Amino acid sequence: MKNCTITIDNKEVTVPEGTSILEAAKKVSINIPTLCNHPDQTVKANCRICLVETKPGKLETACSTKVRDGMTINTVSKLVRDTQRGVLELILANHPQDCLKCIRNGKCELQKLCEMFHISKSNLEDEIDALEKDESNPSIVRDHSKCIKCNRCIEVCQEVQGVSILSHAHRSTKYCITPAFEKKLVNTLCVFCGQCTSVCPVGALYEKDDTEKVWNALYNDNLHVIVQIAPAVRVSIGEEFGAKPGTKVTGKVVAALRRLGFDKVFDTDFTADLTIMEEGHELLDRINRGGTLPMITSCSPGWINYIEGFYPQLLDHLSSCKSPQQMFGALSKTYYAKKLDLDPSQIFTVSIMPCTAKKYEAERKEMSSYGYRDVDAVLTTRELARMIKSASIDFLNIEEENFDEPFGITTGAGVIFGVTGGVMEAALRTVYEVVTEHELENLDFMDVRGLEGIKEATVDLNGTPIKVAVAHGLSNAKKILNQINEGKSDYTFIEVMCCPGGCIGGGGQPIGSTMKVREERIKGIYDVDKVMPLRKSHENPAVKELYEEFLGQPLGKISHKLLHTTYSPRSEKIDFDYLQWNNEIALTEE
Amino acid sequence: MNRTVNIISKNFKKYNPESIEEYLELGGFEALKKAIEMGPQEIISTLKTSGLKGRGGAAFSTGRKWEYSANVKGDKKFIICNADEGEPATFKDRYLLEYDPFKVIEGMIIAAYTTGSTDGYIYIREEYKYLHNKVRKAIELAEKHGFLGKNILGSGLNFNIKVVSGAGAYVCGESTALIESIEGKSGRPRLKLTRTSKQGLFGLPTLVNNVETLAAVPPILEMGVEEYIKYGTHTSKGTKLISLCGNVNKPGAYEVPFGITLREIIYDIGGGIKDGKQLKFLQLGGASGAIIPAKLIDIKYCYEDLEEHGASVGSGAILVADETNKVTHFLKSVQDFFIHESCGKCTPCREGNRQLTKIINRFVTGNASVEDLKTVEKFANVMKYASFCGLGQTAPTALLTAIKYFPVEFYQQIDRIRKTS
Repeated sequence: MKNCTITIDNKEVTVPEGTSILEAAKKVSINIPTLCNHPDQTVKANCRICLVETKPGKLETACSTKVRDGMTINTVSKLVRDTQRGVLELILANHPQDCLKCIRNGKCELQKLCEMFHISKSNLEDEIDALEKDESNPSIVRDHSKCIKCNRCIEVCQEVQGVSILSHAHRSTKYCITPAFEKKLVNTLCVFCGQCTSVCPVGALYEKDDTEKVWNALYNDNLHVIVQIAPAVRVSIGEEFGAKPGTKVTGKVVAALRRLGFDKVFDTDFTADLTIMEEGHELLDRINRGGTLPMITSCSPGWINYIEGFYPQLLDHLSSCKSPQQMFGALSKTYYAKKLDLDPSQIFTVSIMPCTAKKYEAERKEMSSYGYRDVDAVLTTRELARMIKSASIDFLNIEEENFDEPFGITTGAGVIFGVTGGVMEAALRTVYEVVTEHELENLDFMDVRGLEGIKEATVDLNGTPIKVAVAHGLSNAKKILNQINEGKSDYTFIEVMCCPGGCIGGGGQPIGSTMKVREERIKGIYDVDKVMPLRKSHENPAVKELYEEFLGQPLGKISHKLLHTTYSPRSEKIDFDYLQWNNEIALTEE
Repeated sequence: MNRTVNIISKNFKKYNPESIEEYLELGGFEALKKAIEMGPQEIISTLKTSGLKGRGGAAFSTGRKWEYSANVKGDKKFIICNADEGEPATFKDRYLLEYDPFKVIEGMIIAAYTTGSTDGYIYIREEYKYLHNKVRKAIELAEKHGFLGKNILGSGLNFNIKVVSGAGAYVCGESTALIESIEGKSGRPRLKLTRTSKQGLFGLPTLVNNVETLAAVPPILEMGVEEYIKYGTHTSKGTKLISLCGNVNKPGAYEVPFGITLREIIYDIGGGIKDGKQLKFLQLGGASGAIIPAKLIDIKYCYEDLEEHGASVGSGAILVADETNKVTHFLKSVQDFFIHESCGKCTPCREGNRQLTKIINRFVTGNASVEDLKTVEKFANVMKYASFCGLGQTAPTALLTAIKYFPVEFYQQIDRIRKTS
């Protein structure tokens, strides 16, 4: 490839042809300010903050302009600064300045720009659009009066997830990002994955905050409040406190949760192991009895919302297993309650998830056992961090503690549920040994690891080769579903995770889940798996005990009642009785 | 004295546009035949010699544009005739489509032959609804007579034309927004990472030309480029269709040679100012064009001389305003137009127009402050330098030129109390 030599602010630099000015400037240690630009997304050039002077009197956006040989670029001229500041002033004049109350306070990209430019005075008259907040659903809040129209959420919704709920409408000052016909999210086929909340540079899209609900439960002396934490949270929550992405902080989270006042701190990895037992046996049962194949995993709630909404004809392919979160909840109100001799109504089950769709999942009417909600409150990683901060816990320096028993005894197979390919790998570790009765020589199924959109592997089960696939990101899932739809799929078992990278890239994870950060978190998860004494779900002694004491056997009667569920097609106008969650705002929409 | 010329407008009202025979009698499609004899290379060099520039407003060399397109390889290539004519005070393309649709079609076929294109679209603005079927009819007749379809006139060229329309957004006159609109998307400009000539409509090579540009090609070929460049100035060659309107006695679309003075246009062609009033200013090139005070009407109407005064030919609109018009009130009407038509995609245009509208309204009601004048100029410049597409970049042109030529009018509207404070 040809190289281009350019001059940026009197400094010469040589970069390959096709490099953007933005990238080239980084080479000479100049970080041109950006706002709509996102490292994982296409160039949009619609915020117009990154303008630089490429010829006297000519400004071009650094994000979208490729370097030309011999170019002289000025990033600090009066014209550049005046224009950048002017653009920022224009954004501010239309942006609510309630930063101190904003959920993104301190993590807002617009706030950062304002810090850089220090606009203390503007002659513009503020005109903030008075737009109604959409709090219609249990997962995501859309406050589009704060929207700066960068279009990042649209790209993630349309291109990465392929659900295309968010789009733009109207023009000029009425231009806005909205679902079609300005419906509320609950009245669309939104899967509540929350990826939009993760890419939003400001506070226009965010998780529904349930921390107060949890605080109130913790303050209630009549409640026995227990908590489970998902595998992906332990390698990401440290970021909220300044740790590097992928840093394993399991023991610190456990300790912090105890300081917050939870009566017992458990691990969702335990029910991940349980899921493998149930799902693995379900797969074998389907293979042996000629059931619907390929079977597809069901632990990702965003994915369940997707298939229910977009491919209802394929629901038979879903494993009937509840997700680990819900299995945990069901056991907490039955097995665990009985063990502690507590009435299920006295138990308040909280889960800490990397996910906004988990909030919706917990509200589903199928998700109750004997009249009690499986899970009472779901907090995302970000919300837990908020609670820890508000309790003044010195997170990074807190002494590590261990999970409580019995739901704290886990294996490496449970941990890797947090990454794309993990459920598949965990299932293969167990299914292989159950079928062949031989011990696996190598536990690492490298074919199903990594960030490639769709991964395939073939496993030999006693002379029968079975072909499996792993997809993450719904646009990849869509490709696999289309194959099944056309009768062209030769897979036996498929893992689908709604979010790119799996749960470590979930919509409830700390802000800044770029692909690079996701990779670090994935590394963190596999590091945890590697050092676990037990790495196969069926070897988990607590799971074995659970079957002996309570469940009987996988796919048994009690399992069926507590750990399995059913699915039904979703229509755009959802039945409000369908959600236990009662929301008046949603009902006010015509 | 008649200062108009008849090159592009030669056939206006001379034939019934529903009869291709009458067009043929007037020498129709002779240019196409000549073009086929010349071959693409010669056509391109002829156009380069002719100095023909994009007549929609951007004024890019047509010869060079066609050359780029001809050099792009592709089995399917598009030609789009931009008949979105949304620029306020502009109506010359309407005349062309209404009175000489075959010439536009002929121009498109020559473009297709030159660039090796296979499919043509005429994007006619929604508001010209009555023309849609008339042009479709003309296409149908051309097809029947073998000027469209397979192996046109034995040249080996296969080419068809469709008429399309959008939903009436001004921004769709911008070529990438127009392309988005044809693709069925909402009309917003696209980020051009590659030239439209390489990746345009449906991601395929596309040539977009204004109606008048295409209609100018047949006469140039027919009369010969030497004859054509006798019109105009040394650097602005040939003729231009203008849309003369406002406070003049004889508004209308006229063809003038470049180099004619604005005075000649207004007084000789337009018959002077209505009701014997005094001329105050002109707006050239539509709502996105500059405001020129009466004292400058002796400048020549050509690309270079206008540019010297911060104005441009643009679409060819000449809006005449007499002494009764207040500049600030006029700017309000311009601003009302742009705040309605901004697509909202980029910050400077969306928010800039919002703020400009507020401030200009204060000037209209006499509540403006001294700061307002500075602020409005500052943000007009932000829009000019920072906007995503031509709409936002040129929306503040009228305002900026008005501040330059009529500063007093702004001061008169500044609130006295606030002025002294």
